Formats: sequence, structure tokens, C-alpha cells
Amino acid sequence: MRAVITVIGKDDVGILAKISAACAEYNNNILEVTQSVLQELFVMIMLIDISKCAIPFTEFADKMAALGEQMGLSVRAMHEDIFNSMHRI
Amino acid sequence: MINTKDILETIRMIQDENLDVRTITMGISLLDCCESDIDSACARIYDKITRYARNLVKTGEDIEKEYGIPIINKRIAVTPMSMILAACAKKEPVRLAETLEKAARACGVNFIGGYSALVHKGFSPGDRELIESIPEALSATERVCSSVNVGSTKSGINMDAVALMGGIIRRTAELTADRDCVGCAKLVVFCNAPEDNPFMAGAFHGTGEPDCVVNVGVSGPGVVRAALAKAGDCDLTEVADIVKKTAFKITRMGQLVAREASKRLGVPFGIVDLSLAPTPAVGDSVAHILEEMGLECCGAHGTTAALALLNDAVKKGGAMASSHVGGLSGAFIPVTEDAGMVNAARNGCLRIEKLEAMTAVCSVGLDMIVIPGDTPAEVISAIIADQAAIGMVNSKTTAVRLIPAIGKGAGEELSFGGLLGGGPVMPLNTWSPARFISRGGRIPAPIQSLKN
Repeated sequence: MRAVITVIGKDDVGILAKISAACAEYNNNILEVTQSVLQELFVMIMLIDISKCAIPFTEFADKMAALGEQMGLSVRAMHEDIFNSMHRI
Repeated sequence: MINTKDILETIRMIQDENLDVRTITMGISLLDCCESDIDSACARIYDKITRYARNLVKTGEDIEKEYGIPIINKRIAVTPMSMILAACAKKEPVRLAETLEKAARACGVNFIGGYSALVHKGFSPGDRELIESIPEALSATERVCSSVNVGSTKSGINMDAVALMGGIIRRTAELTADRDCVGCAKLVVFCNAPEDNPFMAGAFHGTGEPDCVVNVGVSGPGVVRAALAKAGDCDLTEVADIVKKTAFKITRMGQLVAREASKRLGVPFGIVDLSLAPTPAVGDSVAHILEEMGLECCGAHGTTAALALLNDAVKKGGAMASSHVGGLSGAFIPVTEDAGMVNAARNGCLRIEKLEAMTAVCSVGLDMIVIPGDTPAEVISAIIADQAAIGMVNSKTTAVRLIPAIGKGAGEELSFGGLLGGGPVMPLNTWSPARFISRGGRIPAPIQSLKN
């Protein structure tokens, strides 16, 4: 099972480090990362493997949203099926 | 990896354009709860609903979190209560409404539909008693929704029921006058009512349905409007294509949620309702889509054509995205629930006659319209008859949900709050249809019903 983490907001030092640390803490392996900075807007998309997630994924999604709030960013962890179903036939 | 652009598009739809799944509605058959003793019937109804739907809200919330898609409502639809009442020796229908209310509260759902009667050809035992109890039932409960089917393409229009419903709507408004007449927001009069509609207030669980089923209603007017805004000055063929593509994506999301909910609840998946359902929130309006197409204001000449294009494109785009399509499927035009419609009604551009024309080309009908508090019952009945006629002749669902604003007239407003919104009293034609309505009887089924 895989999920997509999206991080959108103002660029700052250590965003990738903090998100990666949270993934590691809950045993989610990072498979791919893409990031870009457009006019100071930081956009990062991370594909993670959640099959060995230490806590239920719903709790992990809550924790990521809370971490985003702390950092002043929009952070969402969503099951990858939502993107597959909307954008692939 | 999934395309970055696609991921960001989905996030934008959810975050900025109010994309959501409007409702997961569990349909539950209560036919096996029929008892001649009403106490036993109520006990069985409560037990069955709470047993089947105890995990509905939690499951909806889990899916919402995992997939990051807001699921606004979790609801329950049950067998039309008139059928349960038919078996009861004591005809005390309000007891049934109170039982539904109690069960809805226990399950944590905000609405339960099915305080209903299907009388399109005539009244069977229990129907009349149930209909006459609707004002009291809707006044005594908060979450119970009621509907009455008064006509169909196959059977014509039961004008005795139409005449009765005018008075029922008025009485419901009077009994809930202290709450902005909100009872009428929970009462729908249908022609060609679908048996698998997940949307309130008209949801009920038809007799052809399985014991339990999960139906999903999608939404997303804001997403469609944003897509059209981005496209700029393209022609209407291109507009239809954009709506189709957007509707496809929205419906695929609904299909995913429906499949997941069905799997987790252990209940068969019924249908996805391909709908554009507005909310009073800014940016979630069907009227604004029509205005984005180029109308100065919803209600202007051209509105019916624009809505016909929109409604058709939504269905074409959605049909391929879901394995089973049903319910009402189309764009909704509930006035008080749509910020753009409310604005158009306030400034006088949108009138009830235009809304009636719009109902011929879109889902449902004259929905959530506030009318003057002194409107006579026969005028309400005549509005129902007109709507039923449009539905009957065009083989489509039409419905009437009117709210007489007791003690108020043109220029004044009602406010329900939440998803029901609020809006101005819309003026009506005051010439009398009393003699026509008092004739009663049945309008025969139209020739197009003879398809065999």
C-alpha cells in the first residue's frame, strides 16, 4: 500500500528533513520525492510505502496534518488510490 | 510515480474548489420489521437500523481521512414508512417517526429518509394516515425526512394526493413557524421518485432494493466552475467537453469511496448519483457555473439552454466513471442552498417561472424555494401539479420542496443555516387554480408511457 504526501507552503530550512523524520518515526519507507520552489512557494510530493506503518494510516494522516500546522504549511497524506482513480482509466 | 500535475490538481480541487463526496447513504429495508403491534414494530425498526448502520459514520470518517476527501454527510434511507404502518393495527405513524429519529441519533447521522408514501396511482392502507401525520412528525423530529410520490410516467398523476399535499406543506410550515418553517425543508413531493436516491430530503429505500445497500452522491460545482474559468473564451462544444472531463474525475472519486464503503461495511454497492449538488458556501454554486458560461446572472434568458448543456455533460462524463449510476443524477438547483441562486432571486433576475422551465432539463425540480406565507394550499397544489406534469411527460424525476414563510411576504427572508442555507421569499402568480385542484381524480398516464 502506498500513499502520497503533499507539502505546500512557504519555503524554509528543514522541511524535507522534518517530513522524512516523521515518516521514519512511523516506519514508512520513502519511495520517491519530487520538489520544486516556484516564486517562494514550496511544493513537495513524496510517495511512501505505508504497508508497514506503525500506526493506523488515518492516525498518521492526522499527525502529518498537525505537523503541517506547526510548520505553517499544508501537509496532506492521502492514499494513492485517490489519484489513480481520478486520473487514470 | 503519479504525475505531479495530477496530484496538485486533486489537492487544489479539494482545498480551493470545495470538491467533496456529498453523502454516503445506507439504504435499509424494514419490510421484515412489519408487525401488527406498533410497539414491536418500533423495537424491530430501531434494532435493525442501529445494527446495520452502527459503523456507518465511523467508516465514512476513516475513508475521509485515508483518502483525504471530505465526505460531508453520512445518512440512512429506509423503506417507505407507509408500508410498515399498513401492517400496524393501531395507526400511530408519529411513533414510527420518533423511532427513526431515535435510531438516527444513535447512529450519529444527520438525516434519515423514508417517512414516505408512494401514492402515484392511489392510496393503500396506511398511506393517507402517514401523509396526514407528516406535519406533526416533521415538527416533532429534527432528522427525519419525508417524501410523497404523487405521479409517474407509467401511472399518471394522482390529483387527490396533489390536492392533499398543498395543505400538508402549509400545515408543516405552520407547525415549524418558530424554526423558520424548517419542517418544509425536509418534505419533498415527487413525480417518478427514484428508489435509490442517496440525497435528502427525498431519499427512501425502494421495495426493489436489496436488504441493505450503500449509495453515494458526489458533488463539485466549484470544480466545474474553476475548470471553465481556466478555459476562458472557448465555444460551447469545448465547454461541454470540459464539464464532461471534470465530471468524470469527480465521479471516479465517488466510485472509489462507494467501493471502499461497501467493502468495509460488508454491504453491496448500489449506485453513484452523478450530481452537481451546491452548498451555500461561496464557490460551490451551480448558478455560478451558468454565469461562468456567459450569463450576466442566473435566471437570464439562456439559463435553460446553459443548464441543459451542463446537465447532459455531467451525465455523459460521469456515466463512464461509475459501474452503476442511479438516483437523481444531474445538476441540482435548490435555491436556498446555492449562493448564486439566492443572489439571483434577491435581485429579481431568477423567478419561479424560469425555475420551472429549468426543471425540464435538469435533475429534480422546484427545490428549496421560499414562498409567501399567505400562499393558499391550492396554489401550492397547483405548483406540484405543474411539476409532476413536467416529470410525467418527460419521463424524468421532478420534485417540489417549497417553504411557505409563515407571517412573511415578498422582500423578507428565511434562514435555516447549515447546508439548507436560506433565502428570500419569491413572489408567486396569485391567480386562483382552486377549481382545477378541487376536481381531484387522476390525470391519465401520457401516451409515451405505452412503450411495450
